[in-house]
Amino acid sequence: MNRDSVAPWWRNRAVMVGVALVAALSLILTACSGSNDATYSGIIEDRGFTDDDVTAALMTYLPSGEHDDYVIFASGGHSGQVHVIGVPSMRLLKTIGVFTPEPWQGWGYGNKATDEVLAQGNIGDREITWADTHHPALSETEGDYDGDWVFINDKANARVAVIDLRDFETKQIVKNPVSIVDHGGTMVTPDTEWVIEGGQYATPLGWEYAPISEYNDTYRGMVTFWKFDRDSGRILEDQSFAMELPPYWQDICDAGKLVSEGWVFCNSFNTELATGSGTDGSGDPFEAGASARDNDYLHVINLEKAAEIAISSATIEVNGFTVIPLQTSIDEGLLYFVPEPKSPHGVDIAPKGDYIVISGKLDPHVTVYSFEKIEKAIADQNWVLEEYGVPVLDFDATLEAQVEVGLGPLHTQFDDKGYAYTSLFLDSEVARWSMGPPYRDSFELDGTIGIHYNIGHLVTAEGDTVSPDGDWLVALNKWSIDRFFPPGPLLPQNFQLIDISQEADTNEEGGMQLLYDMPIGFGEPHYAQMIKADKLSPFEVYPEIGWDPATMAVDPNAPMAGNERVERNGNEVEIWMTLVRSHYTPDRIEVKAGDHVTWHLTNIDTAFDATHGFSIPGYNINVSLEPGETATVEFVAEDAGVFPFYCSEFCSALHLEMAGYFLVEPSE
Amino acid sequence: MSVLDRVLGPRIPKEEMRVSGGLYRVPLRLLTGAAILLLVSLLLPYWILNLKAPQYPDGLTVTAYVNRLEGDVAELEGLNHYVGLGSFEDAAVLERSIAVYAIVGLVALLLAGLLIHSRWVLVLTVPAILFPVVFLVDLQYHLYQFGHDLNPAAPFNLDEFTPPFFGPAEIAQFNTLALPGPGLILAFVASGLIAYAMVLHRRAYKPLLEALSEEG
Repeated sequence: MNRDSVAPWWRNRAVMVGVALVAALSLILTACSGSNDATYSGIIEDRGFTDDDVTAALMTYLPSGEHDDYVIFASGGHSGQVHVIGVPSMRLLKTIGVFTPEPWQGWGYGNKATDEVLAQGNIGDREITWADTHHPALSETEGDYDGDWVFINDKANARVAVIDLRDFETKQIVKNPVSIVDHGGTMVTPDTEWVIEGGQYATPLGWEYAPISEYNDTYRGMVTFWKFDRDSGRILEDQSFAMELPPYWQDICDAGKLVSEGWVFCNSFNTELATGSGTDGSGDPFEAGASARDNDYLHVINLEKAAEIAISSATIEVNGFTVIPLQTSIDEGLLYFVPEPKSPHGVDIAPKGDYIVISGKLDPHVTVYSFEKIEKAIADQNWVLEEYGVPVLDFDATLEAQVEVGLGPLHTQFDDKGYAYTSLFLDSEVARWSMGPPYRDSFELDGTIGIHYNIGHLVTAEGDTVSPDGDWLVALNKWSIDRFFPPGPLLPQNFQLIDISQEADTNEEGGMQLLYDMPIGFGEPHYAQMIKADKLSPFEVYPEIGWDPATMAVDPNAPMAGNERVERNGNEVEIWMTLVRSHYTPDRIEVKAGDHVTWHLTNIDTAFDATHGFSIPGYNINVSLEPGETATVEFVAEDAGVFPFYCSEFCSALHLEMAGYFLVEPSE
Repeated sequence: MSVLDRVLGPRIPKEEMRVSGGLYRVPLRLLTGAAILLLVSLLLPYWILNLKAPQYPDGLTVTAYVNRLEGDVAELEGLNHYVGLGSFEDAAVLERSIAVYAIVGLVALLLAGLLIHSRWVLVLTVPAILFPVVFLVDLQYHLYQFGHDLNPAAPFNLDEFTPPFFGPAEIAQFNTLALPGPGLILAFVASGLIAYAMVLHRRAYKPLLEALSEEG
């Protein structure tokens, strides 16, 4: 960012406030101490801060004990997890174990309930211990975040997870039975009835084999609609369905809202049907082959009608999962295409549900379609059929506007003032542009701000809901290059916080100001969503002692104070143990090698933050028991020996004493 | 004059009641009011202990009613064993088990006192007058026991101490503040009302009693 070209600083209210504060405090401090060195002005002078630097510091600093106004749920990329980050402080609050084991939370280290959730993501008998998490989706009520649930997909293995925001724990993983890989998930419909999981690379449906020569006939794209049941907090697989699509590579999707509610929009690339290049020199590499045409297809899906067809007899079953065949979708009018600039990435629905914003990453424009015009084109049958027989609506008849924003536009989010924000990958910028009526006067670019570097997604406060908040934007940058100390050649990604609270004319960067860089050193996050913190009301401790997070209810079999015991039945040993600062009851357990051990644990502490751990060395067991929580560990005591188990969470002054002996006597 | 008449005291002549009934009604109303306050106090905390420590930014609270403890009792029970303090469960067991009956008894005595027009009324009202003081003396006794009957096997050894029934104290990393609860305040107000009622009672009935003894 070129600081010399910034608009006069006195025109920026935030800068004015910052400068006034600093000036006032400097005066007071100078008057009090008579020395300049340790004062604000001294620090500013010593470190050579500009006015913008001081503003950024004042806007992002939170004194100890103060909480952020917003919370980001960011995909953890390769970590297979979800990161929870406060805004504007950009402090990492938690990494939620989702698709991959997470030791601190005891996620997948012997706690039977967590092992079972992870095992739901197995592919056949194979444990999958990484995931490429892409797009988190907060649950919505009437198109607005409600703070109850968050969903996320694993692109690498076509899986979707459900996280309960009462305790920020993963409750369910579903493996897509139709597809081996996905991308366009997760997004939710305005009342979270459906969780959308769009496909990506076309494959034969049902993870089958077919030679590449059969690509056009056998390979298929797909989009899956997972039915979510709020009461049980689970995806209902038997009420979910997928739609067979032509073997284009479907990309991101978004759910319609308000006027477009009931419809879903996904874009696609490789409508060229490229199949790559062989060692014999045949075919173009995908890079060229899949981006040869000027247009790809925006998929316009009538979900409301598809949900009716899904429970009719016009479906097929693939791996026991309901699939609407492509021909049925065409015959029933469930699927239409609209030409879109080539190799698009983002498809984002404007807050009122009226506009669909597409960014073709090889086209410098954002293309804005009108849902009303799409409906009219469908009614007028203003289409031609493509080679699979899907109606392709007329481009000009559906187009509302195109705005030239810059090179490599990817994704768009919105604010409360009628501005839209589009990430520009190639330009390494965020473009701020005005939407036309009913949002602002006309479609036009207002300005851009440089980011560092190679931005993918971006997120504004509640920026994909029916009522965006504005205020903050976070650029999710793929590269950080020189922004941080380089910890070896694998560099962190960079989340950059940008103030978007001012009008576009307040500086030469479209009224935006860069405030803060947050290194992300644990995988490549793709998308994130930002929710007002006061919409979240997580448990401080579990509501009752003996609480089972898997069922979100008290487990009647949970160990409670006074009923701790060990029962033996043949070589089955069952243990009921309680944990409280700072002891296990009982704290000496004796079994014989080969015994099958079922070990129930309850943390009977009820104080805020009084978490206990339970770890057995050599057995790969570590359980985290938050106040009130109960869990069960089940294993065969294969190795004889003496295993001191201990609390792996520093719980109290006598934490080291919170230990016990697990004695496994050799069997004769 | 029978013993019963002496205890019950003189009846008020109708004419006297008509002319200056208020003189007699006010002490009776005060006693009735005090009885109601005592009954209401059964529903309210008598003693409140607030505890502050760095790891409890919102603090902990124990609220003592005449017959039970509420608040962060379980949490404090868990902490007590570190420093060898006894369990709240074992404290003032007798007092807690009889407290409700005792207060209902005090109220019954007060109501009975409404019928007594002699000095003997004091026999029925003095227990209720003294009740809040007795409560505090008993509380202080148990606080002394609590701070002196320390378990020597506790992981963390404290010096013996006596927490005051009201006011601040320090126990390990905790700063405590003990306060009277609204129930105890009502009991004190009731005590004051009864004492005042006794003064008015004496003032009202003394002439009648003197007249009676002159007749007698």
